[in-house]
Amino acid sequence: MRKFKEFIIEKLILICGLASIFFVILIFLFLTKEGLAVFKSVTPANFILGKSWYPISEPAQLGILPLILGSLMVTLGAAIISIPIGVACAVYIAEIAPLKIKEILKAGIELLAAIPSVVLGFIGMVTLVPWVKSTFHLPTGLTALSGSIILAFMAMPTIVSVAEDALYSVPKSYKEGAFALGATHWQTIYRVLLPAASSGIVAAVMLGIGRVIGETMAVMMITGNAAVIPQSILVPVRTLTATIAAEMGEAVVGSEHYFALFAIGIVLFIMSFIINVTADLFLHKRR
Amino acid sequence: MADIKVSNLNLWYGDFQALINVNAYFTQKQITAMIGPSGCGKSTLLRVFNRMNDLIEGVRVSGEVLIDTQNIISEETDLVSLRKKVGMVFQRPNPFPLSIYENIAFGQRVHAEGLTKFKLDEIVRDSLQSVLLWDELKDKLNKSALTLSLEQKQRLCIARLIAVKPDILLMDEPCSTLDPQGTSRIEELMRELKNNYTIIIVTHNMQQAARVSDETGFMLLGELVEFGKTQDIFTNPKDKRTEDYITGRYG
Repeated sequence: MRKFKEFIIEKLILICGLASIFFVILIFLFLTKEGLAVFKSVTPANFILGKSWYPISEPAQLGILPLILGSLMVTLGAAIISIPIGVACAVYIAEIAPLKIKEILKAGIELLAAIPSVVLGFIGMVTLVPWVKSTFHLPTGLTALSGSIILAFMAMPTIVSVAEDALYSVPKSYKEGAFALGATHWQTIYRVLLPAASSGIVAAVMLGIGRVIGETMAVMMITGNAAVIPQSILVPVRTLTATIAAEMGEAVVGSEHYFALFAIGIVLFIMSFIINVTADLFLHKRR
Repeated sequence: MADIKVSNLNLWYGDFQALINVNAYFTQKQITAMIGPSGCGKSTLLRVFNRMNDLIEGVRVSGEVLIDTQNIISEETDLVSLRKKVGMVFQRPNPFPLSIYENIAFGQRVHAEGLTKFKLDEIVRDSLQSVLLWDELKDKLNKSALTLSLEQKQRLCIARLIAVKPDILLMDEPCSTLDPQGTSRIEELMRELKNNYTIIIVTHNMQQAARVSDETGFMLLGELVEFGKTQDIFTNPKDKRTEDYITGRYG
């Protein structure tokens, strides 16, 4: 009887484990089936490299290059802002901050992660966007830069907590060894601790960027959503994610437009898959 | 060259007194061993000499520790130059996760930035030669130090110290993770090094103390019970507690 019970429980757990993989496969299959249909009306090269996105004109122009560049520009901007601040913050928390401040900072970072993206987008819209507009004397503050700044806030909690973890797990003996050789605290940090934690820090950055590239709500609210190839960071852009979110409701099921949105989904899927796998590789290298 | 003179040294971790009125004199160019059961304060004493205890919160020290007429206990002591003069080898070999070359060069990069590559190469070579690793490692200086064997790592850590030209080497159970062969080779190295350095070794292993040291101190519960020529301590201890310890009645 007991054996039978064990058997049932084991199988139940197995099914739960398999279910998650099963659903991922199902989603992926559905995405490919719907997405690949777009290539009946446009070649893959023209889809990826096409310069204009006019999905409802006649004939429809389905080039997503402006969207890809929009996503990359916003992501790159967010990375440039969040990586130095995030890593420096992690170093401060892991190495320098007194215990009390450390607790407060860690709680603060967690709180930052808990802010829903729509709230961040809303705050960005009423505070950041007017500031960008007046600072740079632009016709509109809804720009890639605004999106980058807000997304940097979203990437930071991930970067800080994963990087802090990596720094914290550097063996204490390295630090003792460096101090015993007469290194100062800062020399110890940048000559020993940062190199020792480097793979964990790279993983932290990749996970942070992964979060940014998939983010939708906040960017849709503050980047202006103009599907043109961006010439600078101070113009409105439209990201891949925002395009799907904004247009899926209006696209006629089974139309070229509809299939094209699914194909954008595939592109996004591949991008975040690559980023996550890279992050994973670095995390494993660390162990 | 430097002697260490310890007078009326007391140390507290919070409310716990770990060192009680220690007086001792460590002579240059010889090996002094500190023995005693776990928790007797011998490692704590060692860590007073390069102020590593500063890393622990709530440590208080009183008394005087003179190295070259300077009281290193005082607040004004420059820790960077103290630790340059008083190097330490740890229980577990702790090479940095850098290349073999960079491990040795670390001290120079920290203390004397802007050295020429030629000069640095020379220091790396000399340091590795003095721990008898040069012939084994000269072709793989760019390999990670973490790929070495435990004994090689410990030698590398000693070489890393020698590269900053200290006067005093503190060794905190440097052989406790090594096998008997590794241990005897490190002991060999210590005998060689004592011609140029003041060496203080903390060890659990009484035979090791008897083998390598010129003088020995026996510590118990924070007190330095007996201090003298190694031969005297082991053959003719004056204190009953020393005798009980070295004959294995406790420990």
